[in-house]
Amino acid sequence: MNVHSRFLHTISPIFKREFSAYFATPLAYVFIVIFLFTMGAFTFYVGHFYENGIADLSVFFAYHPWLYLFLVPAIAMRLWADERRTGTMELLLTLPVPLWATVVGKYLAAWAFTGIALFLTFPIWLTVNFLGQPDNGVILASYIGSFLVAGGYLAIGACMSATTNNQVIAFVVSVVVCFLFTVSGSPLVLDVFRAWAPDALVEAVASFSFVTHFTSITQGVLDLRDLVFFFSLIALFLAANVVVVDLKKGG
Amino acid sequence: MIEIEGLTKRFGPTTAVAHLSLHVAKGEVLGFLGPNGAGKSTAMRMITGFLAPDAGRVTICGHDIETETNAAQAKIGYLPEGAPAYGDMTPRQFLTFVAQVRGFRGAEAKARVAAVVEKTELGPVLEQPIETLSKGFKRRVGLAQAILHDPPVLIMDEPTDGLDPNQKHAVRGLLRAMAAEKAIIISTHLLEEVDAICTRAVIIDRGTLVADGTPAELLARSRYHNAVTLVLSANEAEAAVARLKTLPGVAQIDRKPLGDSVRLTAFPKGGALLIEAVSALASRENWRVQELYAEPGRLDEVFRAVTTSDAARAKAARP
Repeated sequence: MNVHSRFLHTISPIFKREFSAYFATPLAYVFIVIFLFTMGAFTFYVGHFYENGIADLSVFFAYHPWLYLFLVPAIAMRLWADERRTGTMELLLTLPVPLWATVVGKYLAAWAFTGIALFLTFPIWLTVNFLGQPDNGVILASYIGSFLVAGGYLAIGACMSATTNNQVIAFVVSVVVCFLFTVSGSPLVLDVFRAWAPDALVEAVASFSFVTHFTSITQGVLDLRDLVFFFSLIALFLAANVVVVDLKKGG
Repeated sequence: MIEIEGLTKRFGPTTAVAHLSLHVAKGEVLGFLGPNGAGKSTAMRMITGFLAPDAGRVTICGHDIETETNAAQAKIGYLPEGAPAYGDMTPRQFLTFVAQVRGFRGAEAKARVAAVVEKTELGPVLEQPIETLSKGFKRRVGLAQAILHDPPVLIMDEPTDGLDPNQKHAVRGLLRAMAAEKAIIISTHLLEEVDAICTRAVIIDRGTLVADGTPAELLARSRYHNAVTLVLSANEAEAAVARLKTLPGVAQIDRKPLGDSVRLTAFPKGGALLIEAVSALASRENWRVQELYAEPGRLDEVFRAVTTSDAARAKAARP
């Protein structure tokens, strides 16, 4: 067996179980409905999609990081907190599977679920194509960017979920940490640093902003630096997730 | 097959398990006894690789649990405390998940699941969410996932907890049937269970091994071992006590009124056999004996003698 198929062999049952767990309870359906409803409400009522008279989806995507800020931690909060509370964590971690595979499998399941929710926004893409001639390349890039933002929040949320057996705490802490990553490019945060820090540090803090990277992708440019940012952030938080699960098994 | 050397685990200032060493061979069913909080579950969590020990090592079928964790875990079937399972899944989905994680695919996974469902009699509830099942069925779902891959080593934390007497009997039968080919550790605080299935019993108290032997050897440590109990009418009791005291092997006599009758228990000196002398005496004296039997020993008494109550432990732990 080569490395690739062994990887899938190990992860796929974990992935499948986690993924179907979303649909075993009303959680998935409730989430998807709320997700689509808020996306629509923000696009049409707050973003004035029709009144703008422009055939593109920029107002639609502009709200994604802010909606994800609350919706994605809701998806992530149960990932580990629930396993710890019900004791299934002991069962899961005594099965002959490396811990990293369990962490990645669960994460990918949650990410795939947000992918489905995002995919179900396609009517708005149909609408805009019906109304005019949008740049579908830009829209595709924006969808990819949106999916990456969700993935970033999700990695943070999964890691925070592993620190507690209480889903509410996991949710609140995730929202706070995700918020810091969202606003780190805004004047609100940067002005605090500008007063005393060298420019390099201010730049570094700004570069952690999800919004900055996402905005550059929604211009239609899938820059390698933005991709590297999201993937390394995800990898970092998944690695932290492994460490947290390992350290907190006893308590 | 299970080798445990100097296993130690501390949680802050308290030592949950201290220098525990055990070897369990194929064919042995080891009963792991101890009061609640003695460190049984902590020890099992280290043996199965869930918790990392602070010191010591565990080897399962030649695989070190810390350095070759997954190879060792593949040899273990583990029923954690409380038999946790995913409540939103049905037993079929859950067992199929465990089978797949353990590397079984397609038809083989199906066959494995079907086999354990049969063994644990889960058939009637196979399609109901686990969270809706009774305690007995939940426990058997946990048992089923542990034996699904026919592991050479079984570690079970209170496998019969919450089962009714019929279910307990069935589970013990299941374990006995597998015992010859496996090394099994079960934790329990049901002392009758030790008698029923264990070939060996260890008692731990405050994380330390305080007794280790076959159930018969542990019984031999009881004050009641080889004691003789007889029940006779109250008016004969006085004379009987006086006569029993004259027997050379008798150390002490307990009496306990039972309505019109009295139960006398004669304890032997140094575990000597008393039954023959007592029964000869009884027939010589023409006592109207209602009951007369030799005591095998009482495990609960041994248990109490070598362990401490949780209140006493809490008191001792206070600075």
